[in-house]
Amino acid sequence: MYTTPFLVAILISLINGIFSKSVELTFELPDSAMECFYQDIEQNTSASLEYQVITGGQYDVDVKIEGPNKQIIYQQQKMQYDSHQFTAQHTGVYKVCFSNEFSTFSHKLVYMELNVGPEEPLPGIGDHATVMTQLETSAEEIHSALNKIIDHQTHHRLREAQGRKRAEDLNERVNYWSMGETLAIVCVAFAQIMILKNFFSDRPTQYTKM
Amino acid sequence: MMLFNLSTLLSLVLALDVASALYFHIAEGERKCFIEEIPDDTTVIVNYKVELYDPRSGGFMPSSPGIGMHVEVRDPNDRVVLSRVYSSEGMISFTSNNPGEHVICMYSNSTSWFSGSQLRVHLDIQVGEHAVDYANVAQKDKLTELQLRIRQLLDQVHQITKEQSYQRRREERFRQTSESTHQRVLWWSLMQTGVLVGIGYWQMRHLKSFFEAKKLV
Repeated sequence: MYTTPFLVAILISLINGIFSKSVELTFELPDSAMECFYQDIEQNTSASLEYQVITGGQYDVDVKIEGPNKQIIYQQQKMQYDSHQFTAQHTGVYKVCFSNEFSTFSHKLVYMELNVGPEEPLPGIGDHATVMTQLETSAEEIHSALNKIIDHQTHHRLREAQGRKRAEDLNERVNYWSMGETLAIVCVAFAQIMILKNFFSDRPTQYTKM
Repeated sequence: MMLFNLSTLLSLVLALDVASALYFHIAEGERKCFIEEIPDDTTVIVNYKVELYDPRSGGFMPSSPGIGMHVEVRDPNDRVVLSRVYSSEGMISFTSNNPGEHVICMYSNSTSWFSGSQLRVHLDIQVGEHAVDYANVAQKDKLTELQLRIRQLLDQVHQITKEQSYQRRREERFRQTSESTHQRVLWWSLMQTGVLVGIGYWQMRHLKSFFEAKKLV
């Protein structure tokens, strides 16, 4: 009576180890900094990384995925967004690094999603032996289609955030630029008058001497 | 009795789950923030576990009772939703009231003894439909497999709907910003033209009277 739940717990945790772990993170990457994340991946498990720079500088970042034996699985420089899928060759710790080391003054906002393994099935559904009915199959299909929709939505959400942040930036810049320009025009107008007056004034000044 | 067993089972599973999650390293006292852009009425679950670097063995101690984590959650209006010190391992959940960017910040409550050493933080953030524990739901509501699947589909659709209505709002804000920029550029350039013409006219008048006074013309 007491041992069965523990057995089940161990079993579930084992299954958990194999089945999906999906993490979505949006984090700040300060200028000339490097941010690394680590994940244990079992052998022959497929994993996928998706990332996108939301704000900052030229919207680019250096990305690297390193395997347990320090072999480089994926490396890209100055990328705005990308996704990469790979199958783990060895069991061990995989390292995902985002680097902003080439940039000295722009800090960035980076979104990242790391998916490991297939999706965890609903409790009780994974282990049933009979053939699935049509209803169950279509439910399954709808589920995967909805997952795809959510993924696309995330992508669009991030693109929208990118565009919006840029528009806000532009708005602010236009504001400052206009103020500066008005000030410049007024200053130039007065300066012109002063200089011209100086040309024709009776007192010898540095302009008439020239 | 059975219920108690199941809850221990669940917590055990959860604990094991966190240990296998993504992790990163921070220095003691360093502040680490993550941003979640979510629609309103969405549940976020954060699971974390902190391990302290052990210089003697060169590894990380699996449990460090002396270490606590200060967790702070801010909503899009920069109001504090949650700010508390938790132990080295824990689960935080909150539900958003306002749509937008929620900032989750974590830092250890630094003690001078450990300062300067490294911490390993296991972190797992689940949002919306992902945060639902379906094993629990099935157990509580006594659902069949198909009913459970339908429940999951419904949750997903709700999540998508919420996200979409939020997206509309954001799009509106985006458009407003663009239109305001457009308006500002237009009016500012018109005004600037006016200022230029005005100043030119004033310069002419001023110089003319100046030259006349000096008897140059």
